[in-house]
Amino acid sequence: MQTHSTRSTWNAGLVSGLLLFLAIVVIAVVAPIAFGSAAEESGTRQIPSAEHWLGTDTAGHDMLLRSLVATRLTLLMTIGATAIAVVAGVLLGTGVWLMRGRTREVCLRVIDGMVAFPALLLALVVAAVLGAGGSSAVVAIGIAGIPYFARLTGNLAAKVSQQDYITTARLLGVKNTRIVLKHMLPNMAEPLLVLAASTFAQSLTAISALSFVGLGVQSPAYDWGKLLNEALPSLLAGRPYQMVGPASLIIITGIAAILIGDGLAAMANPRSSTKRAPALTVPSGSVPPQDADGGFVATIKDLQISAGGVPLVKGVSLGIKEGEILGIVGESGSGKTLTAMALARLLPDGLSSQASKLTVDGLDLLGAVPARRMAETVALVYQDPGSTFNPSLRMGTQLTEVLTTHKNWTKAKARQRILESLRMVRMTQPELRMKQHPHELSGGMRQRAMIAAALSNEPRLIIADEPTTALDVTVQADILRELKRINRDYKTSMMFISHDIGVVRALCDRVLVMYRGKIVETIDASNLTEEQVQHEYTKALLAATPDMSDPLPLRQRAASVSTDSTEGVLHV
Amino acid sequence: MTEFTNRGVQTSEGVALEAFPPPNAVQRPTRAMHPWLSFAIRRGASLIVTFLALVVVSFLIVQLIPGDPAFAIAGANADLADVERVRQELGLDLPLGQQFMTYIGQVLSGDLGTSFIYRQPVSTVILSRLPFTATIAVAGIVTVLLIAVPLGMTVGLLTRSGRRSWLDTGFGVITGFLDSIPGYIVATLLVILFALGIGIFPVLPPAYSTRMVAESFVLPVAALVIGPICTVSRVVRRETAVVLENDYMRTARGWRLPASKQYVKWALPNLLTTTLTLSGLIFSGMIGGAIVIESVFALPGLGTGIIKAILDRDYPVVQGMVIVIGMIAAAINLLVDVVLGLIDSRNLGGSHANA
Repeated sequence: MQTHSTRSTWNAGLVSGLLLFLAIVVIAVVAPIAFGSAAEESGTRQIPSAEHWLGTDTAGHDMLLRSLVATRLTLLMTIGATAIAVVAGVLLGTGVWLMRGRTREVCLRVIDGMVAFPALLLALVVAAVLGAGGSSAVVAIGIAGIPYFARLTGNLAAKVSQQDYITTARLLGVKNTRIVLKHMLPNMAEPLLVLAASTFAQSLTAISALSFVGLGVQSPAYDWGKLLNEALPSLLAGRPYQMVGPASLIIITGIAAILIGDGLAAMANPRSSTKRAPALTVPSGSVPPQDADGGFVATIKDLQISAGGVPLVKGVSLGIKEGEILGIVGESGSGKTLTAMALARLLPDGLSSQASKLTVDGLDLLGAVPARRMAETVALVYQDPGSTFNPSLRMGTQLTEVLTTHKNWTKAKARQRILESLRMVRMTQPELRMKQHPHELSGGMRQRAMIAAALSNEPRLIIADEPTTALDVTVQADILRELKRINRDYKTSMMFISHDIGVVRALCDRVLVMYRGKIVETIDASNLTEEQVQHEYTKALLAATPDMSDPLPLRQRAASVSTDSTEGVLHV
Repeated sequence: MTEFTNRGVQTSEGVALEAFPPPNAVQRPTRAMHPWLSFAIRRGASLIVTFLALVVVSFLIVQLIPGDPAFAIAGANADLADVERVRQELGLDLPLGQQFMTYIGQVLSGDLGTSFIYRQPVSTVILSRLPFTATIAVAGIVTVLLIAVPLGMTVGLLTRSGRRSWLDTGFGVITGFLDSIPGYIVATLLVILFALGIGIFPVLPPAYSTRMVAESFVLPVAALVIGPICTVSRVVRRETAVVLENDYMRTARGWRLPASKQYVKWALPNLLTTTLTLSGLIFSGMIGGAIVIESVFALPGLGTGIIKAILDRDYPVVQGMVIVIGMIAAAINLLVDVVLGLIDSRNLGGSHANA
């Protein structure tokens, strides 16, 4: 529905753009024939009247007629300049891409350098060489547009030339010119057309500008820019109406070109104009019972999450005990992350959730919870440490933020605390790390930093959403060991989400298996063997885990020395 | 010409800002050298190349004049003696190689020649005009950044994940419309509205006066910035939408940071790279590109200067201005890259600016 309606408005834009442009073309063809001589009739200067709708200029020429007649010359010049920019730009852009090695690199740099330069300067250099005049303005603006068009064609060619069929054609020994004509250009046609439309709009204003400042069309010929040029003294003398005709025609033609360009772009890439589903995060539910959570840090009852009417989590209930590590396993899309995010009150936009009970540490999450209380209660460790830290800020700035914000600590105090936490998770050179940017740290280090940030607030619950999935196996083992140690030393409860049943069995006390938005099995980690599990899906998960030789839970063989498998990681 | 500065962004927002992807994208910067040192060497070299290119181009302006340059420069009503005088004055009677060596020698020693019209050193002519253009260009870019960044971010925040589609559409239509109106027409509209209609701003500045009156710059700056404000705020809006989707914003939410901190401290720095790169392009466009606006308001700046010089066939001034405006543009590009490098040292290895 949404997609359909937005697309039809875009098409309306394209249609109205084309109609406007058609009208301008008709004026360009007809006006000089019909009014050519009438526009030359001179007389006295007049203000707008029934006879002269837009008044007359100082020589008594009718401004409306002159504006209409000027359409032809303006349009022809604009088309000429656009043609120069497009043809030369395409040739240059694709040509460069067919070159090899250093030549190509040098050419690319030269074009880059020219684009970074004001196109104005190029146009003025050409105008200086050729002198003032209509045709030199066309050449000047055309040439000035070449580098930009070449750059964009080059960018497109770079993308297209990496396609398999181009590589294949090359391997088959197809000639370069043929590759360009038969394979590359047809695939670049649509975006190039869009760019040509925008180049047309820019050429129009640029050519009119040259005529406006006196470098373009010279008397007695006139285009819109020249008419504006002649109207300028009148404007400054307080007679603005002479500007109206040429100014509105320039604006209308420019808008027509932009509408056509945008319309073409929307047609070529309909996805870009679709809107995402409206956001509706309304956690609502029955009156929460205020009963004590005997030994439970977090409780979820009848949690349902849906996106636009599609149910994603269908009635999940669970509890996390004090000091327990609760594992949730399941394939992607099983609803395990959504369940955790609902508990952290961090559901993405566009999802709606319902539950009859949702509490952490006695906090009713169905109502309003102060941010500070939330920050001190639940901490999160995310899956991909590559993107969880802000690339623009130093690690120290980011890590201390929670403490300075929620505890009102001074920067120095927060820094001390973070350094302590970093040492706790055995980060190497913590002082140095604080000064570094995220990209200067390895994935494992960033994940340690994330855990340190979580620790620094002494939370009641840590939600770890696949914290080791993106890491190397050995680093994975280190991180898991760290989590286990924190759990043991500080009695912090954890919700540990993973799709790796081996990891879960090694780390967790109790395991929930989720499948298609439901919990299908709850089992002690020690009982996670193919013989003891009930549900078919759990059995399938276990069967898919390669190392089944040693079903003993790791806690019972803490002396294990193997570190190359996640099974042996927990000897802390 | 403000409309030139919009090249690069208008319809093709995404593609336009990217430089060519380097052919060997994985190539790491050489570890042996300090990033700032290699940056300085590389950019210093490229400044020299730019300078040489500008000298060659400005030299060619005279050489490429169709027919006999001396005839063209002397003008239609010149007699043969005039033509010969021009030929000698410009050294056009010498062999090409010798002409070029003389020219480059002069430029390097800081001598840009003497204006035919003013009978003054070209450098004096340029220096007397530079302050006007610099004033409106600097005031312009500051205004653009101060308005466009908060505006774009606010709209980006309000419309995130498809919220308030009316605002999204309205913002797109209004900025798109304003952006499509050429700066010189905006200027005339502003003159009609504020100078003629309400009469709060003077139309013309005290021409050739060294005493600059602030009010007389309001309209030129306004005419100069409306288009770029639309362009930059659209880009900032789009970038904001992208940044808000990032994992590190989820981290900030997970740490329950207040909204102001999330947006200003977490999101804003990540918008700066694109915004500054774009602003650099707009700024260098503004320096030379205030040309049409200067014509409307009869400001005696570089823009009106180079146009007058072209119309007067005052070639030494044209050549000098091409070199000076070109070097200013290069300096601005460099400045932007230094700022980007200060924000994030990874930008130092970047290939996005110029040769």
